[in-house]
Amino acid sequence: MTSGTQVWDRKHLISMSDVTRDEIGHILETAASMREVNRREIKKVPTLRGKTVINLFYENSTRTRTSFELAGKRMSADVINVSVSTSSVAKGETLLDTLETLQAMTPDLLVLRHPESGAHAFLSRNLDTSIINAGDGRHEHPTQSLLDILTIKDQLPLIGKRGFEGLKVAICGDLLNSRVARSNAIGLKTLGAHVRWIGPPTLIPAQAEEAFGVEVFHDMDVGLEDVDVVMILRLQRERMQGAFIPSVREYFEFWGLNRQRLAKAQPNAIVMHPGPMNRGVEIASDVADDPERSVIRHQVGNGLAVRMAVLYHFAGSSVRKG
Amino acid sequence: MPNQREETLLTPQQTIETIDDMAKRIHADITRPEKRVVVGIRRGGAMVAEMVQQRLNTLLGIELPIGYLDITFYRDDLDTVGPNPVVGATDLTMNIDDQRIILVDDVLFSGRTIRAALNALFDYGRPEIVDLMVLVDRGGRQLPIQPDYVGKVVKTEENSRESIKLVKSGDEKLTVVRRFL
Repeated sequence: MTSGTQVWDRKHLISMSDVTRDEIGHILETAASMREVNRREIKKVPTLRGKTVINLFYENSTRTRTSFELAGKRMSADVINVSVSTSSVAKGETLLDTLETLQAMTPDLLVLRHPESGAHAFLSRNLDTSIINAGDGRHEHPTQSLLDILTIKDQLPLIGKRGFEGLKVAICGDLLNSRVARSNAIGLKTLGAHVRWIGPPTLIPAQAEEAFGVEVFHDMDVGLEDVDVVMILRLQRERMQGAFIPSVREYFEFWGLNRQRLAKAQPNAIVMHPGPMNRGVEIASDVADDPERSVIRHQVGNGLAVRMAVLYHFAGSSVRKG
Repeated sequence: MPNQREETLLTPQQTIETIDDMAKRIHADITRPEKRVVVGIRRGGAMVAEMVQQRLNTLLGIELPIGYLDITFYRDDLDTVGPNPVVGATDLTMNIDDQRIILVDDVLFSGRTIRAALNALFDYGRPEIVDLMVLVDRGGRQLPIQPDYVGKVVKTEENSRESIKLVKSGDEKLTVVRRFL
């Protein structure tokens, strides 16, 4: 969106660095209205009638794929899920060829998850269809960041803050493999929050401070001091080739979020996790299930509303941009 | 701005009087007040709806339920004008099944907003009656929709480039302004 005009003209959602502070605000406002739709008896609005959304997931997913599918259906779009194991990828087709084949069927939006970082950016330069990034390797996962931002915004009164300016957010654990951490660092900083990354040196990308503008801590007890939001990441063992941690038990000992560690944060600090959770690895069960502090289930509900808002804004823009 | 003419169609005082007058006419037609629900269309209609509801409350001696519709998700122009960056929230917490709705908007023009509002309303339930009340009817209908209560009729030429808007000033006063673009 260009400033001063009331038109949405952004076509792709690849990275959180693509969206302005205003655009984040608009998506969150729309998402809040979508929550009202999700509470109705008839959970369907005709907004995207006649539009086609293709969900293409090259990696496993439960919540993201389901919520994108449901989001499209509740907006009356036609949603197709392409499962990669049964597709022609198994027959050796390249990614671009697969996507060009799908594009020939004139969808309005392609929702894509792919294990290669940068796959979406490459495709957006070679395809006309709007592309929504549902996760690309270790690079970004913008809709997760938007739903996390909405969840934090909902909790601001409880945290005792009026806005994101000066809010202290700690993102903890396996930062090396986390696209959620990267998208959130960018998105939260756009809104004026301070972001800390806390994890073992082997699981923090090199030059994180310079590249992402975050404060890096290797001691969790020190890093959690005074933070308003504690975001715990899943230990992504499937992306690890080599010894990054001595053992899962030792990881929990030093990097797992338990009650004592949470006590270092602000008294009203909230606990988040993008899921799926590994209980007893990065987070203790009693913390994850604490109704006073944990907002993990709210994140899932907000995920649906945010994806509805994203489909609404981006499906409309694709029409006008051809 | 140069070359832009503007005239006031209803001053704040005239807006109040017009709404008072419409409330009296609606009141005269009400036979089952316990079934009446006021629903305003965001954003202009919501402001008018609040004023009408307050007047009717006084006249009837009971408090009528009030709700608000945002019709963005029901518009038919996503393909031509694109998504609206700002979407408001619908707030209809009461059961509207079998109720008698007074649907309120500020300016009636093509009728497309009302079409969208009726579709939205029927996703919430099956009202017995829907009456339409508008503060200003500027003509130019493109759909078979007619209001039951009109505050002021304004004649506009077909293809004339003008806008008629309800404007809220800093001191909460409502004015209807006509602008020739």
